[in-house]
Amino acid sequence: MLYREAGQFKTSYTADQTVFPILQDRWCMAAIIAVAFSVPLFSSEYMLQAVLIPFLIYALAAIGLNLLTGYCGQLSLGTGAFMMVGGYMTYKLTTSFPEVNILIVFMLAGLCSAFVGLIFGIPSLRIKGFYLAVATLAAQFFLSWLFNKVGWFVNYSPSGSITAPPRELFGILVTGPRASAEVRYLMVLSIVVVMALAAKNLIRGRVGRSWMAIRDMDIAAEIIGIRPVQTKLLAFTISSFYCGVAGAMVVFLWLGSAETEAFDINQSFLVLFMVIIGGLGSILGSFLGAAFITVTPIILTNAPPMFGIHMAIDLQKHIEIMLFGSLIVFFLIVEPKGLARLWQITKEKLRLWPFPY
Amino acid sequence: MLFDIFIAPFLDMVDSPAFFVEVVIVGLLTGVMYSLVALGFVLIFKASGVFNFAQGVMVLFAALTLVGLMEHSVPIWLALVLTVAVMVVLAYMVEWLMLRRLVNQEGIVLFMATIGLSFVLQGLGETVWGSNVKPLDIGIPDASFEIYGVLLNEFDIFAAASGAILVAVLAVFFHYTRIGRALRAVADDHQAALSVGIPLKTIWVIVWAVAGIVGLVAGIMWGAKSGVQFSLSLIALKALPVLILGGFTSVPGAIVGGLIIGVGEKIAEIYWGPLVGGAIENWFAYVLALVFLLFRPQGLFGEKIIERV
Repeated sequence: MLYREAGQFKTSYTADQTVFPILQDRWCMAAIIAVAFSVPLFSSEYMLQAVLIPFLIYALAAIGLNLLTGYCGQLSLGTGAFMMVGGYMTYKLTTSFPEVNILIVFMLAGLCSAFVGLIFGIPSLRIKGFYLAVATLAAQFFLSWLFNKVGWFVNYSPSGSITAPPRELFGILVTGPRASAEVRYLMVLSIVVVMALAAKNLIRGRVGRSWMAIRDMDIAAEIIGIRPVQTKLLAFTISSFYCGVAGAMVVFLWLGSAETEAFDINQSFLVLFMVIIGGLGSILGSFLGAAFITVTPIILTNAPPMFGIHMAIDLQKHIEIMLFGSLIVFFLIVEPKGLARLWQITKEKLRLWPFPY
Repeated sequence: MLFDIFIAPFLDMVDSPAFFVEVVIVGLLTGVMYSLVALGFVLIFKASGVFNFAQGVMVLFAALTLVGLMEHSVPIWLALVLTVAVMVVLAYMVEWLMLRRLVNQEGIVLFMATIGLSFVLQGLGETVWGSNVKPLDIGIPDASFEIYGVLLNEFDIFAAASGAILVAVLAVFFHYTRIGRALRAVADDHQAALSVGIPLKTIWVIVWAVAGIVGLVAGIMWGAKSGVQFSLSLIALKALPVLILGGFTSVPGAIVGGLIIGVGEKIAEIYWGPLVGGAIENWFAYVLALVFLLFRPQGLFGEKIIERV
C-alpha cells in the first residue's frame, strides 16, 4: 500500500472514535474535497450539468436511503416521493417568502419531507421486509396524486409543473435559468459535502449504533433497551430529510423545472440500485453507486457513435436498457455486497501487497 | 362536508341498487385480472423466496411474443404453443444465468436482480417486436348485455371464467401431481425438500415457467382489453397491494385480495372519488392495503411469522 497505518496510536477515546481515524485518510479526504471544489476551473459546462451535478444530487439521495435501508434495515421504495416533497415544498416556500435565504428554504423543505417520511414510516412499526417496501409505495402514488391534484402547491399554474425562480445567495445568482453551471455545481457540492460528513458523523454515534442494532436483530435490540418506535421513526425522518434536500436540488440546481413525473417510481428504483450496487451500510458506497448509475447510461448512449455504429434511436434506447439491466444483474452476481466491499477488499490486498503471507 | 363523506355515498348506493351491483361486478372482474398478475408473484415467492418484480414485464413479454407471432400470420394455436415454449426457455435461462448464481443472497439483492431482469426483458421484447401499441384479437366477442337491469360485458365474463379455470387447473396441479407435491414441499421448507431428494433447481425452472404461463394468460386478457403496449408492465404495480392484502405466500390470498382491491377501488373511485377530484384509483388500493396491514401484518392468509432471538 502507498501508506501504512502502523505507528498511529490512539491515546484517548475521542481519537479512537473520530470520523476518519487514520491520518492519511484525513489528508486524502481533504485532497478530494479540494479537487472537487476546483473542478469548475477546468471542466466544461456539459460535464458539470450532465454528469457531476446529477451524480452529487443522487449521491445525497442514496445516502438518505442508505441511512434507512443500509443502517436501519427498513426497506423503502418511497425515495422518489420524498424527493418530490422536497422539490415541491421548496418551490412553494420560496415563492411565498422570496426574501428568505434559499439555503434556509432548502432546509425547511427538507423538514417538510422529513415530516411526510415520519408519517409514512409509521407502518414500519408493524411490518418489515417486502411488506414494508410495498407499503412505502403508497407514499409514491399518494403524493404524486396530491401534487397533481392540489393546485395550491404549484401556485395554481395551469401546466402543473414547477419552475425554479431566480434566487441569490451572497449576491450571486444560484438558481433559475440564468444561474451558471459552475455556481450551481459549487452550491450542490457544498451542501453534499456538509450533509455527507454529517451522515458519517451521525452513524458513528449513539443514533447510528441503535439503528444498526435494530437492523441486525430488532428483538434483541429492544431487549438491550433501544426503543424501536423512536429509532425506526427517526431513521425514516432523517432519511426523508436527506431525500427532500436532494429533491429540492434536483428542481432548483439541476433541472430548473419539474413535474411529478420527474420523481416517479423509477427514481425510487434508481436510488435503491445505487444503494445496493454501491453497498448497503456504507456512505462511500452511496457515492460509488451514484457514480455507477449516473455514468453508465451516459456511456451507453455515447459509446456506439464513438465506435462508428449508427442505429435507429429507439433501437438504441432498447439495447441501452437491456445492457443496463444485464450490467446490474452482473454486478449483483459478482459482488452482492456492492462496490464499497470491492474497495475494501482492494485495500486489504494492497496493505500486504508486495509480500502477502 | 362530513355529510358528503360519510352519508351521501351510501344514500347514492341505496338509491340505485342496480348501478351499485354493476359497479361491484365491474370491480370483481377487474379484480380477477389483478389476481392473475398477483398469482405469478405468489408462485415464485413461495417456491424460491424471490420477490419477482419482473412479473409485470413477463406479462408484457408474453403478450408481445404472442401478438408478434400472430402478426407474422402464425395461426393462433401455434402462436400460443410457441409463446409457452418461449416462456419455458426464459424460465430456464433465468435459473441458469441468474438464480443459480445468487443462491443464499439476501432477499433485497434478489429483488434488485429481478428489477434488472425486468429492464432486460423490456428491452428485449421491444427490440424484437417493436414498441408500438398492438391490438390483440383472439376472437372473444366484446358485446354488452343486460340481466335484471345490470349491464354486463361478455368479454369481462369470459376473462373471469378463464381466470377461474386457470386457478382451478393450478389447484389440481398443485394438489394431485407429483411435481405439484414437490413444489409444495419446496415452498414449505427448502432444506427439508432438498434432503428428501427434490431437485431445487428443476423446481425453480418449473415455477418460473408456470409463472410465465400465468403471465401469458394475464397478458392475453389485459392485452385483448387495452392493446399490448408498455403500460401493460405497470399492472404489476397494481398487483402489489393485492399481495400485501392477501399475503405473499398464499394463492387463495392473491385471489381474494385481488377481488377486494378490485371492488374497493371501483367503489371508492365512483362514490368518493368526485369529492377529492377523482383519479384516486392509483393510490386507493395501497392505502386500503396499508390500513389493513396495521391490523393484520401478515396479510389475510399469509403465514404468521414467529420470531425467536
